[in-house]
Amino acid sequence: MVVLDTAQPPPRRRFSLNDPVIRGVVYQVLVGVLVALFLVWIVNNTAINLKAQNKTSGFDFLWKTAGFNISFSLFPFDRTSYYWEAFLVGLTNTILVAVIGIVFATILGFTIGIARLSSNYLISRLATVYVETIRNIPLLLQLFFWYFAVLKTMPAVRDSIALPFDSFVNQRGLFVPRPIFDNQFGLVGLALLVAAVAWFGIARWARLRLERTGQRFPVFLTGLGISVAVIAATWLLSGAAVTFDVPVLNRFNFKGGLELPPELVALVFGLSIYTASFIAETVRGGIQSVSHGQTEAAEALGLKDNDRLRLVIIPQAMRVIVPPLTSQYLNLTKNSSLGAAIGYPELVNVFTGTTLNQTGRAIEVIALTMLVYLILSLGTSALMNWYNSRVALVER
Amino acid sequence: MTDIAFVRSEMTAAQPAPRSNAGVAAWLRRNLFANATDTVLTILAVVFLLWIIPGLYGFLIGRAVPPGGTVEQCRVENVGACWAYVASEIEFFIYGFYPMAEYWRPNLVFALLALLGAPLLIPHAPLKVINAVLFFVVFPIASVVLLAGGMFGLRYVPTEQWGGLLVTLIISVVGISCALPIGILLALGRQSKLPVIKSLSVCFIELVRAVPLITVLFMASIMLPLFMPQGTTVDKLLRALVGVTLFASAYMAEVVRGGMQAIGRGQYEAAQALGLGYWRRMGLVVLPQALKHVIPGIVGTFISLFKDTSLVYIVGMKDLLEAVKTKNDAIEWAAPTQAVTGYIFAAAVFWIFCFSMSRYARFWERRLDTGHKR
Repeated sequence: MVVLDTAQPPPRRRFSLNDPVIRGVVYQVLVGVLVALFLVWIVNNTAINLKAQNKTSGFDFLWKTAGFNISFSLFPFDRTSYYWEAFLVGLTNTILVAVIGIVFATILGFTIGIARLSSNYLISRLATVYVETIRNIPLLLQLFFWYFAVLKTMPAVRDSIALPFDSFVNQRGLFVPRPIFDNQFGLVGLALLVAAVAWFGIARWARLRLERTGQRFPVFLTGLGISVAVIAATWLLSGAAVTFDVPVLNRFNFKGGLELPPELVALVFGLSIYTASFIAETVRGGIQSVSHGQTEAAEALGLKDNDRLRLVIIPQAMRVIVPPLTSQYLNLTKNSSLGAAIGYPELVNVFTGTTLNQTGRAIEVIALTMLVYLILSLGTSALMNWYNSRVALVER
Repeated sequence: MTDIAFVRSEMTAAQPAPRSNAGVAAWLRRNLFANATDTVLTILAVVFLLWIIPGLYGFLIGRAVPPGGTVEQCRVENVGACWAYVASEIEFFIYGFYPMAEYWRPNLVFALLALLGAPLLIPHAPLKVINAVLFFVVFPIASVVLLAGGMFGLRYVPTEQWGGLLVTLIISVVGISCALPIGILLALGRQSKLPVIKSLSVCFIELVRAVPLITVLFMASIMLPLFMPQGTTVDKLLRALVGVTLFASAYMAEVVRGGMQAIGRGQYEAAQALGLGYWRRMGLVVLPQALKHVIPGIVGTFISLFKDTSLVYIVGMKDLLEAVKTKNDAIEWAAPTQAVTGYIFAAAVFWIFCFSMSRYARFWERRLDTGHKR
């Protein structure tokens, strides 16, 4: 840090390299020119190299036929689709695995983080062993373990292992029942919306009443009661029905149900278990950061156990937990790129792998891939800054 | 005065703690059976342990084939871990395709690493500066000469033949040694008041931290040859090293910045008042304090870098994970538990390194903890 003496500008400014202002400008110009020269050198080299290899550049390849298949996609994709569709498939697959992973990692991570603080000796020791084991082993190794050593050694289709709820697991992946909603089900969805609005309204009214009169109102129970009543009534009256399409073993494979490929299952498993160990540490640190005096003060005010947690401890702990938690979510999303190593068709696999190999447009493909992650990261940090400014302690 | 009947003149001896508060039974009651929920949890945990410990013991030791066993022993029904497989391939896991007659060279490098690295980690070991110069300057050059050869009568061993744990260690040690100075420069740049330097540093740090390591590695392995003048060939190991170093230096920069921000403003101002110029102010006053404070953070970065080196497998490098994965597919040891055993071995190696480093970071945290916390 060059601290410029700008408060009192010198009366006469002669050109001298000892003048911090001038020196700062000289340094910056020097660095700027060096970086610019370096970039020009790189661009020049690249142009010469591309010419020598007879390669073209540009993003026009995105509108050409891809000509390869993708083993798993959320929307139809075949050999005749375009490269930009392959890009979209990769992107949606990345987002899919990230979202599922985040849900599981959060549940598991919070459970283990709280378990580490348990007063029960065995429980806290087990949680410690989990955290210290999992986070000291590379994620890629864990993915290989789940994929090659566990899922790939599952029995063949005809000897599938049956799991509860009509689910089956075998070499080809996990087969689960798929819910089918009939046309009337839209009404139930509407009822859900109505219940949510009612709940929100009650909560707001209760808060205003609390501020006005100091009387509390059982928001949660009332809200839950109203929701259940509204939804159940709509469901029964409209005659909506949910049926499950259950996977059934045929001669060669399962028919029906939802088929989750082993790559997806292994990736979700690995990512959730790995990230959960970091989330657990975050949660533990957050809860420990709330000083014991807060608990005692809440007790002295006569708050009940769960009021103490809900109104005093958790809000303060969350302030510490949420920022690192978000960066863990971001890490999980970035780590989902390791799916490329076990053949899950996410962005890096589909795009930086197959597409790059077929088109040879290395610079464009890698730049586009990096851009996606960059946007995800910057978006998340923008959100985080907004949250931080909202919950930050208002200090004197 | 005299009608006080009794005044005790000596203290009563301390009573032992009540039975309900001392001893094993009290400990059990307090830690395992404090209330109904606790009791249920304890029972569940005990059931879980009773289920998993015999299973693990049986797999890892009881039904396992010890080193020296044959592949036929590993091919029986319901066999445990096949340690014979790991033992017979251990040299490949450590050295890769490095010529067997030259194993003394990597061994010497490992020995140097331990000899020079260990005193560097001990806080009060003497000759820190000489040690650091030896470790960060002399050791890398000596290692390259030793491992690659081609001079001083040593046989030339191309990097394609290096592999296994050797490559994992090379990438992580070189990566962290190069990332530290670059990271410090980037952190200084980010704290700088000069807008051009500041924005360049911020752009680099944020860009690299936003993308996954794989894309950086892809960039290094595919685009680096394009960036170089025509006809230059960049060694594959070197490409991976460049990628890993760039990646780690961005994270290192943030760690160092954290340390610099923790230094009070008074330190900067005092250094200025002494008339020190920028580099002396940073080099003699700010950085020594900042770096000491972030030693746990630096070790943490090293741990994640060490784990992340396994990703070079994806761009076709031969590290420990690649060695294990290759041999897991080898037909001569094909057995039901071959792959699991291989991965458990690799996991154990990584775990030992990472866990001991995290203990070391914990040790520094305690040393630096001056007790000012609430």
